[in-house]
Amino acid sequence: MKVLVPVKRVVDYNVKIRVKPDQTGVDLANVKMSMNPFDEISVEEAVRLKEAGTATEVIAVSVGPQQAQETIRTALAMGADRGILVKTDETVEPLAVAKILKAICDAESPDLVILGKQAIDDDCNQTGQMLAALLGWPQGTFASELKFADGKLDVTREIDGGLQTVKINMPAVVTVDLRLNEPRYASLPNIMKAKKKPIDEKSPEEYSVDISPRLEVLKVTDPPQREAGVKVETVAELVEKLKSEAGVI
Amino acid sequence: MSTLVIAEHDNASLRDATHKTITAAAALGAPVTVLVAGSGCASVGEEASKLAGVEKVLVADDPALEKQLAEPMAALVISLSGDYSAIVAPATTNGKNYSPRIAAMLDSAQISEIVSVESPDTFIRPIYAGNAMQTVKSSDAKKVITVRTTAFKAAEEGGSAPVESVSLTDNPGISEYVGEELSKSDRPELTSAKIIISGGRGMQSGENFAMLEKVADKLNAAVGASRAAVDAGFVPNDYQVGQTGKVVAPELYIAVGISGAIQHLAGMKDSKVIVAINKDEEAPIFQVADYGLVADLFKAVPELEEELGKAGL
Repeated sequence: MKVLVPVKRVVDYNVKIRVKPDQTGVDLANVKMSMNPFDEISVEEAVRLKEAGTATEVIAVSVGPQQAQETIRTALAMGADRGILVKTDETVEPLAVAKILKAICDAESPDLVILGKQAIDDDCNQTGQMLAALLGWPQGTFASELKFADGKLDVTREIDGGLQTVKINMPAVVTVDLRLNEPRYASLPNIMKAKKKPIDEKSPEEYSVDISPRLEVLKVTDPPQREAGVKVETVAELVEKLKSEAGVI
Repeated sequence: MSTLVIAEHDNASLRDATHKTITAAAALGAPVTVLVAGSGCASVGEEASKLAGVEKVLVADDPALEKQLAEPMAALVISLSGDYSAIVAPATTNGKNYSPRIAAMLDSAQISEIVSVESPDTFIRPIYAGNAMQTVKSSDAKKVITVRTTAFKAAEEGGSAPVESVSLTDNPGISEYVGEELSKSDRPELTSAKIIISGGRGMQSGENFAMLEKVADKLNAAVGASRAAVDAGFVPNDYQVGQTGKVVAPELYIAVGISGAIQHLAGMKDSKVIVAINKDEEAPIFQVADYGLVADLFKAVPELEEELGKAGL
């Protein structure tokens, strides 16, 4: 089984982002960038499938600037076999990313595409579902467990109120949620080995995909700020205030 | 052209998320049609027809739609899409699952989790876990939108829309429902509860959440948790409030032993009143709390239960 793992380079989750004063976006200058945390989980799952003998090859793909190569290297250091960088300096919306990934799937014929449920920058939660639609494949979203049997895939999904299991045909697209696994740290020898693994460089044009945005960003602003309230001394005072002042109990 | 709202329901009754999505959809300015897709869901269609602002209800009753799996849902909505200029769904796990599939089939860029409708083509949505707000204008002829339901008021009763039935003609048959394990609880659901009491790493163990449950029972509240408490294995993931869990906006949110990481604040900072109980007075949660109590939670929480009892709750 061949597995494709799309990965995105995003602002590191520990960074407190700042909105630019001219409201054109979020300041990305000199900000630490990392692999989208949900994508780390999808890389880990793909590598585990390979270690278990279920997968034969793991291909890491990223759509982004030259530096997205570092994100692919991280995936290679975790155990992916080779990489494809689709290089562009433009902002690429989920629909366009899905179209590029579809073209890569047409060329590579993977049996499974496994990706993070959402990126922590644009919080769209779209790419996996869109790719499944374009390919006409089923989708197992927000996965917390995968079981392969008889050419089908059982996906346990995190849904409102609990867990749901669906059985989907292969090939399939899976998007992963937090509890699927705990991603490994790449060891130093594996980081060194990853430097020798091949990364193909492509462009959106080579896949004949129009990446021009459909959504125009008019502005980006700070969220409404909440002011700190008062400190209460005792539980009795708290209950009194909630009752008479706030009127919420 | 009309706006199509995809209803969230459990085949017996409409979920509150639907009422809120109808309000967001009505703000687009076009007549609203509600699609109830499910199995044995005729009564849900009747319920939707009585809501104010609804012009028409479509009921698609088919065993293949019982759990609203993305593949048949997308096929159904695409078959109906010709009549609509916008397709709007709640950003529940169901909506998040099928909506982008519909959008891609329509070659439309989805606008996810809107919190405000500025005009029929311009919307505000949170990015970076709510640490920035993005205003976007869509140029797509058919817009596909998901709605962060906590940002909109619920549509009220006061309508009598006609109900029509439609059918699923083209189920791709590539997916099937196997089973569900839903958390059993008599308490309200996190996303619709008026009061929520959540515990963090400070709770120290899953057993200690029993203290919160006692308070919750007095207040008819839901019990939530921070990601730290989930990661530590105290409670299951569906308790999680935050960037990577559920986004809630109750009347009252009580944070117990929660430090207030950005990721948690992103999920609850739109609550009307926030209470923080934490022994560390420097904890960032106090910066967003309306009422802060610096105290050992193991003393304060049982005391809270007692005081609520005294107050007649």
